[in-house]
Amino acid sequence: MKKVNLKILLIGLISGFLNGLFGSGGGTIVVPALVFLLGVDDYKAHATAISVILPLSIVSTIIYYTHKSIHLNIALFVAFGGVIGSFIGSKLLNKIPINILRKIFGSLIIFAAIRMMIK
Amino acid sequence: MKLFIIGLFSGIISGMGIGGGVILIPSLLIFTELTQQEAQGINLIVFIPVAIVALITHLKNKNIKYKLSLKIIGYGLIGAVLGSFIAGKINSKALSKYFSIFLLIIGIYELFSKTKKQ
Repeated sequence: MKKVNLKILLIGLISGFLNGLFGSGGGTIVVPALVFLLGVDDYKAHATAISVILPLSIVSTIIYYTHKSIHLNIALFVAFGGVIGSFIGSKLLNKIPINILRKIFGSLIIFAAIRMMIK
Repeated sequence: MKLFIIGLFSGIISGMGIGGGVILIPSLLIFTELTQQEAQGINLIVFIPVAIVALITHLKNKNIKYKLSLKIIGYGLIGAVLGSFIAGKINSKALSKYFSIFLLIIGIYELFSKTKKQ
């Protein structure tokens, strides 16, 4: 197997598995994997990652549904906020320093993780 | 209203290209009574419409590398089926612990990574 194909296999298997197991994080894995392992441009990596994670999330949603882990009534409210929020976020993208924001959110995520660990 | 605000907040974050799910899931766990699996399920299904909207924009701008995408999806589906089945089978508390480790790694990565100017 060629080296590039092996990388593609690993990126697919790992991101699909973790995205299914944790219901999130697929894009967080695929974007840097495309950039650093396959040399894809940053903005193309982002777009390509969404095209990869969308079908994977659809399949995972169906499996979660069969396990009765999907609450459509709650999801509807969250999705409504989510769609509006992501529109606002994409408009803000070039107006605020993302690197600083990334550090703030990195810290927030670490705080949430530790909170979950000791709970 | 609480749910709408949680969605709005994580949507803003994901619209800026930082993982929305890693914010949404802990927020749901803190502010609602949902189990780990249920919070993850919300994130999965909410991602679908948000991703479709984002994809339409990217399709217009021709930013997607289709051939590469299709290959990764092929292997990704195997992983997705496996991961989702395990998530459905294991104890919610155990899954929560594994998730917190995953979250910690992502947090550390975000803290030290740099976004390149597009």
